[in-house]
Amino acid sequence: MALRLWARSAANALKLSGTGGARAAAAPAFSISRFVSTVHDGLKYTQSHEWVKTGDGVATVGITDHAQDHLGEVVFVELPEPGTTVSAGASFGNVESVKATSDVNSPISGEVVEVNSKLSETPGLINTSPYEDGWMIKVKPSSPGEADALLDAAKYTKHCEEEDAH
Amino acid sequence: MTHGRSKAGSLAGGNDAGDACNGSEEQLLRCTADNWCVINDGTAPPTIVMGVSGRVSELVKIQAVLQDQVPVVRRFSGGGTVIVDQGTVFVTVICNKAAVAGLQPFPRDIMSWSGQLYGKVFDRFGEFHLRENDYAFSHRKFGGNAQSITKNRWVHHTSFLWDYDVKNMDYLKIPKRAPEYRLARNHTDFLCRMKEYMPSRSIFTDGVIMALGEHFSVQPTDLQTVLSDDEEFVPSTKLLSQHDLEEIVYSKESLRV
Repeated sequence: MALRLWARSAANALKLSGTGGARAAAAPAFSISRFVSTVHDGLKYTQSHEWVKTGDGVATVGITDHAQDHLGEVVFVELPEPGTTVSAGASFGNVESVKATSDVNSPISGEVVEVNSKLSETPGLINTSPYEDGWMIKVKPSSPGEADALLDAAKYTKHCEEEDAH
Repeated sequence: MTHGRSKAGSLAGGNDAGDACNGSEEQLLRCTADNWCVINDGTAPPTIVMGVSGRVSELVKIQAVLQDQVPVVRRFSGGGTVIVDQGTVFVTVICNKAAVAGLQPFPRDIMSWSGQLYGKVFDRFGEFHLRENDYAFSHRKFGGNAQSITKNRWVHHTSFLWDYDVKNMDYLKIPKRAPEYRLARNHTDFLCRMKEYMPSRSIFTDGVIMALGEHFSVQPTDLQTVLSDDEEFVPSTKLLSQHDLEEIVYSKESLRV
């Protein structure tokens, strides 16, 4: 893997590339958790750990228990305004936790019709209730049936187990 | 960092302030597909750099900042508030999700990886620890971290205190949300200077490059060439204006009334 290095004065900018061969590190233990998070039937999931619940012309979106567990305590949530257009697979907002901002991606395309205003005062709802009180946005889908292509509970569980097994 | 000379959006100031540094890093994160390490050795003038959600009134002594015209930058990543100057060395790693085998793009996983990387740099100079989210010799912090994670890429940046001017710390309040190991210590008791542990800055930066070389092949690159073609990118990194800061002061005072 290539890594690029840039420098000003005594410093450097480095382009980083994979080394392959003898210099490749053996699989290191960075992730220490095994997959024990909750997954709900009846929802659809993305590989980037968002869930969507469809019904009655409005879809509800949030992040999964697996995601909130890996993120740590959520301290800030940035959400779009109602009326914003979201696209499947693209970021619609972010959460801040453990000195990091992490993008949250929309599982489906459509128009944001409501955002969870409770998250501005109580961002920790995402940790304590990721599938209920911690919902993030509601979307009027522009492509009905788009969610059908997403992962069901069993496939999402398998995806998480594979990620955590590395 | 000189790449305030990027042509992207709101990088005002024309100096080596933190806004330029963070704006270019944001551009590398969002607009390129390569893995990068960017090392910036010093910032002038002293500049306050805040995380994306930081509340200025809670973290910064605004009146003093206004009086002394200290620049305040809000960066695009999470994390806390630092004041950076010529004694600060910034090291930023920007990677694709798949760049490090087995590394999940979550904050604690990335921090664990970086802690191991920097352990190789610092172990022989002191009792190095990753303490919560900081790099420390024993219990004294010398490096603060911030991250930003997108769908397919992440950035991990660190401000290292090669040296610092204790007077500059007077612009910062002690944050409400502080690491447990801080134990309510003031800035002077909580922080340490890398120069008291290592013989030179170049030993440090060479050590970083060597540690990266165990994971990657490393190519020096002219960043200005990479960024100069992208005139459309507008970073979210923002230099707060005097007006912005004054508004915060007045709104806070009016609330008291």
